[in-house]
Amino acid sequence: MNTCPEKIIDYMHAYLDEDIRPEEERELQEHLANCSECKEIMDGLEESISFLKSATQIKAPAGFVDGVIARLPKEKSQVGAQRFLRRHPLLSAAAMFLLLMSATLFSSYGNDQHFSVSKQPNLVVQGETVLVPAGETIKGDIVVKNGSLRIEGQVEGDVTVIHGSKFMASTAIVTGESEEIDKAFDWLWYKIKNTVKDIFPSSKEDEKQEK
Amino acid sequence: MERRRYALDELINKRINEVLKGKQDAFEEIVILFQHRLYHVCYRMLNNKQEAEDIAQEAFVRAYINIHTFDQKRKFSTWIFRIATNLCIDRIRKKKPDYHLDAEVPGTEGLTMYSQIAAAGDLPEEQIEKMEAQERIRYEIGRLPDKYRSVIILRYFEELPLQEIGDILELPLGTVKTRVHRGREALRKQMGTM
Ligand SMILES: [Zn+2]
Repeated sequence: MNTCPEKIIDYMHAYLDEDIRPEEERELQEHLANCSECKEIMDGLEESISFLKSATQIKAPAGFVDGVIARLPKEKSQVGAQRFLRRHPLLSAAAMFLLLMSATLFSSYGNDQHFSVSKQPNLVVQGETVLVPAGETIKGDIVVKNGSLRIEGQVEGDVTVIHGSKFMASTAIVTGESEEIDKAFDWLWYKIKNTVKDIFPSSKEDEKQEK
Repeated sequence: MERRRYALDELINKRINEVLKGKQDAFEEIVILFQHRLYHVCYRMLNNKQEAEDIAQEAFVRAYINIHTFDQKRKFSTWIFRIATNLCIDRIRKKKPDYHLDAEVPGTEGLTMYSQIAAAGDLPEEQIEKMEAQERIRYEIGRLPDKYRSVIILRYFEELPLQEIGDILELPLGTVKTRVHRGREALRKQMGTM
Protein backbone atom coordinates (compact mmCIF):
# COMPACT_ATOMS: atom_id res chain seq x y z
CA MET A 1 0.00 0.00 0.00
CA ASN A 2 2.94 2.28 0.66
CA THR A 3 3.69 2.33 -3.01
CA CYS A 4 0.13 3.32 -3.97
CA PRO A 5 -0.64 6.97 -4.64
CA GLU A 6 -2.42 8.59 -1.69
CA LYS A 7 -5.07 10.03 -3.97
CA ILE A 8 -6.43 6.50 -4.53
CA ILE A 9 -7.80 6.48 -0.98
CA ASP A 10 -9.32 9.92 -1.61
CA TYR A 11 -10.90 8.61 -4.80
CA MET A 12 -12.40 5.73 -2.85
CA HIS A 13 -14.18 8.12 -0.51
CA ALA A 14 -15.13 10.46 -3.32
CA TYR A 15 -16.61 7.43 -5.07
CA LEU A 16 -18.56 6.41 -1.96
CA ASP A 17 -19.86 9.97 -1.63
CA GLU A 18 -20.84 9.97 -5.32
CA ASP A 19 -18.65 13.00 -5.66
CA ILE A 20 -16.10 11.75 -8.18
CA ARG A 21 -15.22 12.90 -11.69
CA PRO A 22 -15.43 10.29 -14.49
CA GLU A 23 -11.69 10.35 -15.18
CA GLU A 24 -10.94 9.88 -11.47
CA GLU A 25 -13.34 6.97 -11.32
CA ARG A 26 -11.69 5.35 -14.32
CA GLU A 27 -8.29 5.74 -12.67
CA LEU A 28 -9.65 4.25 -9.44
CA GLN A 29 -11.19 1.22 -11.18
CA GLU A 30 -7.97 0.58 -13.11
CA HIS A 31 -5.95 0.72 -9.92
CA LEU A 32 -8.31 -1.56 -8.01
CA ALA A 33 -8.18 -4.11 -10.82
CA ASN A 34 -4.39 -4.31 -10.43
CA CYS A 35 -3.83 -3.77 -6.69
CA SER A 36 -5.19 -6.37 -4.30
CA GLU A 37 -4.27 -4.30 -1.23
CA CYS A 38 -6.36 -1.32 -2.31
CA LYS A 39 -9.13 -3.63 -3.50
CA GLU A 40 -9.27 -5.04 0.03
CA ILE A 41 -9.59 -1.57 1.54
CA MET A 42 -12.33 -0.67 -0.90
CA ASP A 43 -14.21 -3.88 -0.17
CA GLY A 44 -13.82 -3.27 3.55
CA LEU A 45 -15.30 0.21 3.26
CA GLU A 46 -18.21 -1.02 1.16
CA GLU A 47 -18.87 -3.90 3.54
CA SER A 48 -18.96 -1.57 6.54
CA ILE A 49 -21.46 0.64 4.78
CA SER A 50 -23.76 -2.16 3.72
CA PHE A 51 -23.48 -3.54 7.24
CA LEU A 52 -24.66 -0.20 8.66
CA LYS A 53 -27.43 -0.05 6.12
CA SER A 54 -28.69 -3.43 7.28
CA ALA A 55 -29.61 -1.80 10.59
CA THR A 56 -33.30 -2.05 11.35
CA GLN A 57 -35.14 1.23 11.46
CA ILE A 58 -35.88 1.77 15.12
CA LYS A 59 -39.20 3.35 15.95
CA ALA A 60 -40.09 5.67 18.77
CA PRO A 61 -41.83 3.77 21.59
CA ALA A 62 -45.61 3.86 22.02
CA GLY A 63 -46.73 6.91 23.94
CA PHE A 64 -43.87 9.01 22.63
CA VAL A 65 -46.12 11.70 21.13
CA ASP A 66 -48.28 11.94 24.27
CA GLY A 67 -45.10 12.26 26.29
CA VAL A 68 -44.02 15.25 24.21
CA ILE A 69 -47.41 16.93 24.52
CA ALA A 70 -47.37 16.41 28.29
CA ARG A 71 -43.98 18.08 28.47
CA LEU A 72 -44.97 21.15 26.48
CA PRO A 73 -45.19 24.27 28.61
CA LYS A 74 -48.73 25.40 29.31
CA GLU A 75 -49.65 28.51 27.40
CA LYS A 76 -48.53 31.64 29.19
CA SER A 77 -51.54 31.91 31.46
CA GLN A 78 -52.46 35.55 31.12
CA VAL A 79 -52.02 35.95 27.41
CA GLY A 80 -53.48 32.53 26.78
CA ALA A 81 -56.54 33.09 28.94
CA GLN A 82 -57.26 36.48 27.49
CA ARG A 83 -56.96 35.22 23.98
CA PHE A 84 -59.16 32.27 24.82
CA LEU A 85 -61.84 34.40 26.45
CA ARG A 86 -61.92 36.90 23.63
CA ARG A 87 -62.39 34.17 21.12
CA HIS A 88 -65.09 32.45 23.12
CA PRO A 89 -67.30 35.21 24.56
CA LEU A 90 -70.06 32.80 25.53
CA LEU A 91 -67.66 30.51 27.33
CA SER A 92 -66.02 33.44 29.01
CA ALA A 93 -69.40 34.61 30.29
CA ALA A 94 -70.12 31.11 31.56
CA ALA A 95 -66.73 30.95 33.25
CA MET A 96 -67.34 34.34 34.78
CA PHE A 97 -70.74 33.15 35.92
CA LEU A 98 -69.15 30.30 37.83
CA LEU A 99 -66.58 32.65 39.22
CA LEU A 100 -69.23 35.01 40.46
CA MET A 101 -71.36 32.25 41.93
CA SER A 102 -69.12 32.79 44.89
CA ALA A 103 -71.15 33.77 47.93
CA THR A 104 -70.39 37.48 47.84
CA LEU A 105 -72.43 38.13 44.78
CA PHE A 106 -75.54 36.21 45.72
CA SER A 107 -75.52 37.73 49.15
CA SER A 108 -75.02 41.18 47.72
CA TYR A 109 -78.14 40.66 45.66
CA GLY A 110 -80.16 39.52 48.65
CA ASN A 111 -78.88 41.94 51.24
CA ASP A 112 -78.48 45.08 49.26
CA GLN A 113 -82.08 46.18 49.79
CA HIS A 114 -81.73 49.91 50.17
CA PHE A 115 -82.46 52.46 47.57
CA SER A 116 -79.65 53.99 45.57
CA VAL A 117 -79.29 55.99 42.43
CA SER A 118 -76.46 57.31 40.35
CA LYS A 119 -75.93 61.00 41.07
CA GLN A 120 -76.60 63.49 38.36
CA PRO A 121 -77.40 67.10 39.32
CA ASN A 122 -80.65 67.46 37.38
CA LEU A 123 -82.18 64.17 38.54
CA VAL A 124 -85.14 64.72 40.84
CA VAL A 125 -85.33 62.25 43.72
CA GLN A 126 -88.61 61.95 45.66
CA GLY A 127 -88.47 59.25 48.30
CA GLU A 128 -87.62 56.09 46.34
CA THR A 129 -88.72 57.46 43.01
CA VAL A 130 -86.35 59.08 40.63
CA LEU A 131 -87.58 61.50 38.00
CA VAL A 132 -86.00 62.63 34.80
CA PRO A 133 -87.97 65.85 34.40
CA ALA A 134 -89.53 66.81 31.05
CA GLY A 135 -87.30 69.10 29.03
CA GLU A 136 -84.18 68.09 31.00
CA THR A 137 -81.26 66.16 29.55
CA ILE A 138 -79.36 63.84 31.89
CA LYS A 139 -75.84 63.16 30.79
CA GLY A 140 -74.37 59.75 31.64
CA ASP A 141 -75.79 56.37 32.66
CA ILE A 142 -78.54 56.16 35.25
CA VAL A 143 -78.65 53.23 37.64
CA VAL A 144 -81.54 52.94 40.09
CA LYS A 145 -81.50 50.21 42.72
CA ASN A 146 -84.52 49.21 44.80
CA GLY A 147 -86.60 52.15 43.57
CA SER A 148 -88.59 53.33 40.58
CA LEU A 149 -87.57 55.53 37.73
CA ARG A 150 -89.82 57.83 35.77
CA ILE A 151 -88.44 59.24 32.57
CA GLU A 152 -90.13 62.28 31.03
CA GLY A 153 -87.08 64.00 29.62
CA GLN A 154 -83.96 62.80 27.82
CA VAL A 155 -81.14 60.50 28.99
CA GLU A 156 -77.87 60.52 27.10
CA GLY A 157 -76.66 57.15 28.29
CA ASP A 158 -77.85 53.73 29.50
CA VAL A 159 -80.69 53.29 31.91
CA THR A 160 -80.66 50.37 34.34
CA VAL A 161 -83.23 49.68 36.98
CA ILE A 162 -82.37 46.96 39.44
CA HIS A 163 -85.11 45.46 41.51
CA GLY A 164 -87.52 48.26 40.85
CA SER A 165 -89.79 49.65 38.19
CA LYS A 166 -89.43 51.99 35.29
CA PHE A 167 -91.92 54.24 33.59
CA MET A 168 -91.27 55.95 30.31
CA ALA A 169 -93.45 58.90 29.35
CA SER A 170 -94.22 59.51 25.68
CA THR A 171 -91.72 62.36 25.71
CA ALA A 172 -88.92 60.12 27.07
CA ILE A 173 -85.75 59.66 25.05
CA VAL A 174 -83.00 57.26 26.08
CA THR A 175 -80.00 57.29 23.78
CA GLY A 176 -78.31 54.24 25.34
CA GLU A 177 -79.62 50.85 26.36
CA SER A 178 -82.48 50.48 28.74
CA GLU A 179 -83.00 47.48 30.95
CA GLU A 180 -84.71 46.33 34.08
CA ILE A 181 -83.15 43.75 36.29
CA ASP A 182 -85.43 41.83 38.57
CA LYS A 183 -84.29 38.29 39.04
CA ALA A 184 -81.15 37.04 40.61
CA PHE A 185 -79.99 35.68 37.30
CA ASP A 186 -80.46 38.98 35.51
CA TRP A 187 -78.55 40.65 38.30
CA LEU A 188 -75.73 38.21 37.89
CA TRP A 189 -75.73 38.67 34.18
CA TYR A 190 -75.56 42.39 34.62
CA LYS A 191 -72.62 42.02 37.01
CA ILE A 192 -70.93 39.60 34.66
CA LYS A 193 -71.23 41.91 31.70
CA ASN A 194 -69.79 44.81 33.62
CA THR A 195 -67.01 42.68 35.05
CA VAL A 196 -66.13 41.44 31.60
CA LYS A 197 -66.12 45.00 30.32
CA ASP A 198 -63.82 45.99 33.16
CA ILE A 199 -61.48 43.10 32.51
CA PHE A 200 -61.40 43.44 28.76
CA PRO A 201 -61.77 47.12 28.08
CA SER A 202 -60.10 46.71 24.71
CA SER A 203 -62.67 44.20 23.52
CA LYS A 204 -65.35 46.79 24.22
CA GLU A 205 -63.38 49.25 22.17
CA ASP A 206 -63.19 46.78 19.32
CA GLU A 207 -66.97 46.58 19.34
CA LYS A 208 -67.29 50.33 19.24
CA GLN A 209 -65.01 50.54 16.27
CA GLU A 210 -67.07 47.95 14.45
CA LYS A 211 -70.21 50.04 14.96
CA MET B 1 -39.44 12.76 -4.65
CA GLU B 2 -38.64 16.44 -4.89
CA ARG B 3 -42.31 17.32 -5.27
CA ARG B 4 -43.21 15.16 -2.30
CA ARG B 5 -40.61 16.89 -0.18
CA TYR B 6 -41.94 20.24 -1.24
CA ALA B 7 -45.47 19.27 -0.30
CA LEU B 8 -44.27 18.03 3.10
CA ASP B 9 -42.42 21.27 3.81
CA GLU B 10 -45.52 23.19 2.87
CA LEU B 11 -47.66 21.12 5.21
CA ILE B 12 -45.18 21.60 8.04
CA ASN B 13 -45.06 25.35 7.55
CA LYS B 14 -48.84 25.43 7.62
CA ARG B 15 -48.84 23.62 10.94
CA ILE B 16 -46.10 25.90 12.28
CA ASN B 17 -48.18 28.94 11.45
CA GLU B 18 -51.06 27.41 13.36
CA VAL B 19 -48.79 26.77 16.34
CA LEU B 20 -47.67 30.40 16.13
CA LYS B 21 -51.33 31.44 16.37
CA GLY B 22 -51.64 29.48 19.58
CA LYS B 23 -52.98 26.14 18.34
CA GLN B 24 -51.01 23.64 20.36
CA ASP B 25 -52.79 20.76 18.61
CA ALA B 26 -51.07 21.60 15.34
CA PHE B 27 -47.73 20.81 16.94
CA GLU B 28 -48.84 17.27 17.68
CA GLU B 29 -48.98 16.58 13.96
CA ILE B 30 -45.38 17.76 13.59
CA VAL B 31 -44.33 15.42 16.40
CA ILE B 32 -46.14 12.51 14.76
CA LEU B 33 -44.39 13.22 11.45
CA PHE B 34 -40.87 13.33 12.89
CA GLN B 35 -40.99 11.15 16.00
CA HIS B 36 -39.39 8.04 14.51
CA ARG B 37 -36.58 9.77 12.65
CA LEU B 38 -35.68 11.91 15.62
CA TYR B 39 -35.86 9.04 18.08
CA HIS B 40 -33.74 6.86 15.80
CA VAL B 41 -30.97 9.44 15.51
CA CYS B 42 -30.96 9.98 19.28
CA TYR B 43 -30.94 6.26 19.90
CA ARG B 44 -27.93 5.78 17.62
CA MET B 45 -26.12 8.72 19.18
CA LEU B 46 -26.75 7.69 22.79
CA ASN B 47 -27.07 3.93 22.45
CA ASN B 48 -29.67 3.88 25.19
CA LYS B 49 -33.44 3.68 24.81
CA GLN B 50 -34.47 5.69 27.89
CA GLU B 51 -32.04 8.46 27.14
CA ALA B 52 -33.02 8.52 23.48
CA GLU B 53 -36.68 8.93 24.40
CA ASP B 54 -35.88 11.64 26.91
CA ILE B 55 -33.64 13.62 24.59
CA ALA B 56 -35.85 13.25 21.51
CA GLN B 57 -38.85 14.45 23.51
CA GLU B 58 -36.82 17.33 24.90
CA ALA B 59 -35.83 18.27 21.34
CA PHE B 60 -39.50 18.58 20.37
CA VAL B 61 -40.22 20.66 23.47
CA ARG B 62 -37.35 23.03 22.62
CA ALA B 63 -38.59 23.25 19.05
CA TYR B 64 -42.04 24.17 20.32
CA ILE B 65 -40.73 26.84 22.66
CA ASN B 66 -38.49 28.35 19.97
CA ILE B 67 -40.79 27.81 17.02
CA HIS B 68 -40.93 31.58 16.36
CA THR B 69 -37.20 31.54 15.60
CA PHE B 70 -37.55 28.93 12.85
CA ASP B 71 -36.97 30.39 9.38
CA GLN B 72 -39.67 28.86 7.21
CA LYS B 73 -37.56 29.26 4.09
CA ARG B 74 -35.34 26.52 5.50
CA LYS B 75 -35.97 22.84 6.04
CA PHE B 76 -37.72 22.02 9.26
CA SER B 77 -36.05 18.60 9.48
CA THR B 78 -32.60 20.24 9.44
CA TRP B 79 -33.64 22.55 12.24
CA ILE B 80 -35.11 19.89 14.50
CA PHE B 81 -32.20 17.50 13.84
CA ARG B 82 -29.84 20.28 14.88
CA ILE B 83 -31.68 20.73 18.16
CA ALA B 84 -31.65 16.97 18.78
CA THR B 85 -27.99 16.37 17.89
CA ASN B 86 -26.88 19.30 20.06
CA LEU B 87 -28.81 17.85 22.99
CA CYS B 88 -27.27 14.41 22.35
CA ILE B 89 -23.75 15.85 22.20
CA ASP B 90 -24.35 17.72 25.48
CA ARG B 91 -25.63 14.55 27.09
CA ILE B 92 -22.63 12.55 25.92
CA ARG B 93 -20.27 15.19 27.27
CA LYS B 94 -21.95 15.16 30.67
CA LYS B 95 -21.70 11.39 30.84
CA LYS B 96 -17.94 11.37 30.39
CA PRO B 97 -16.30 10.56 33.70
CA ASP B 98 -13.45 13.02 33.26
CA TYR B 99 -13.54 15.83 30.81
CA HIS B 100 -9.76 15.94 30.52
CA LEU B 101 -10.05 12.71 28.64
CA ASP B 102 -12.25 14.59 26.18
CA ALA B 103 -9.31 16.68 25.03
CA GLU B 104 -8.26 15.86 21.51
CA VAL B 105 -5.04 14.04 20.94
CA PRO B 106 -2.89 16.30 18.74
CA GLY B 107 -2.88 15.36 15.10
CA THR B 108 -5.85 13.01 15.33
CA GLU B 109 -8.93 14.94 14.42
CA GLY B 110 -11.80 13.67 16.54
CA LEU B 111 -9.75 11.10 18.38
CA THR B 112 -9.83 11.79 22.07
CA MET B 113 -7.99 10.18 24.93
CA TYR B 114 -11.35 8.86 25.98
CA SER B 115 -12.08 7.06 22.76
CA GLN B 116 -8.57 5.66 22.67
CA ILE B 117 -8.91 4.32 26.19
CA ALA B 118 -12.35 3.00 25.33
CA ALA B 119 -10.91 1.32 22.25
CA ALA B 120 -8.22 -0.27 24.37
CA GLY B 121 -10.91 -1.75 26.62
CA ASP B 122 -12.90 -3.31 23.81
CA LEU B 123 -14.52 -6.70 23.98
CA PRO B 124 -12.53 -9.81 23.07
CA GLU B 125 -12.83 -10.92 19.48
CA GLU B 126 -14.64 -14.19 20.07
CA GLN B 127 -17.33 -12.35 22.02
CA ILE B 128 -17.78 -9.84 19.18
CA GLU B 129 -18.09 -12.61 16.65
CA LYS B 130 -20.96 -14.14 18.58
CA MET B 131 -22.96 -10.92 18.44
CA GLU B 132 -26.08 -10.71 16.37
CA ALA B 133 -25.95 -8.24 13.49
CA GLN B 134 -28.13 -5.59 15.14
CA GLU B 135 -26.22 -5.83 18.40
CA ARG B 136 -22.98 -5.59 16.49
CA ILE B 137 -24.12 -2.44 14.69
CA ARG B 138 -24.91 -0.86 18.03
CA TYR B 139 -21.53 -1.87 19.36
CA GLU B 140 -19.55 -0.59 16.39
CA ILE B 141 -21.39 2.73 16.28
CA GLY B 142 -20.88 3.12 19.99
CA ARG B 143 -17.15 2.58 19.53
CA LEU B 144 -16.83 5.38 16.98
CA PRO B 145 -15.31 8.61 18.24
CA ASP B 146 -18.12 11.15 18.87
CA LYS B 147 -17.22 13.42 15.99
CA TYR B 148 -17.38 10.62 13.47
CA ARG B 149 -20.39 9.00 15.05
CA SER B 150 -22.78 11.89 14.43
CA VAL B 151 -21.85 12.29 10.75
CA ILE B 152 -21.95 8.53 10.13
CA ILE B 153 -25.39 8.24 11.75
CA LEU B 154 -26.81 11.08 9.68
CA ARG B 155 -25.15 9.77 6.52
CA TYR B 156 -26.02 6.07 6.78
CA PHE B 157 -29.10 5.82 9.00
CA GLU B 158 -30.80 9.00 7.86
CA GLU B 159 -29.19 8.86 4.41
CA LEU B 160 -28.80 12.61 4.30
CA PRO B 161 -26.69 14.46 1.74
CA LEU B 162 -23.37 15.84 3.02
CA GLN B 163 -24.53 19.45 2.69
CA GLU B 164 -27.53 18.78 4.89
CA ILE B 165 -25.35 17.09 7.50
CA GLY B 166 -23.21 20.23 7.49
CA ASP B 167 -26.32 22.37 8.00
CA ILE B 168 -27.43 20.21 10.93
CA LEU B 169 -24.09 20.05 12.69
CA GLU B 170 -23.17 23.59 11.66
CA LEU B 171 -19.96 22.43 10.02
CA PRO B 172 -18.41 23.45 6.72
CA LEU B 173 -18.87 20.93 3.91
CA GLY B 174 -15.15 20.13 3.84
CA THR B 175 -15.17 19.18 7.52
CA VAL B 176 -18.20 16.95 7.02
CA LYS B 177 -16.44 15.19 4.14
CA THR B 178 -13.31 14.64 6.19
CA ARG B 179 -15.29 13.26 9.11
CA VAL B 180 -17.31 10.92 6.92
CA HIS B 181 -14.09 9.64 5.35
CA ARG B 182 -12.41 9.11 8.70
CA GLY B 183 -15.56 7.63 10.18
CA ARG B 184 -15.77 5.10 7.36
CA GLU B 185 -12.09 4.34 7.75
CA ALA B 186 -12.50 3.84 11.51
CA LEU B 187 -15.46 1.52 10.92
CA ARG B 188 -13.55 -0.50 8.38
CA LYS B 189 -10.66 -0.99 10.78
CA GLN B 190 -12.97 -1.78 13.70
CA MET B 191 -14.78 -4.35 11.64
CA GLY B 192 -11.70 -6.02 10.32
CA THR B 193 -12.71 -8.99 12.48
CA MET B 194 -15.92 -9.64 10.58
ZN1 LIG C 1 -3.05 0.12 -4.35
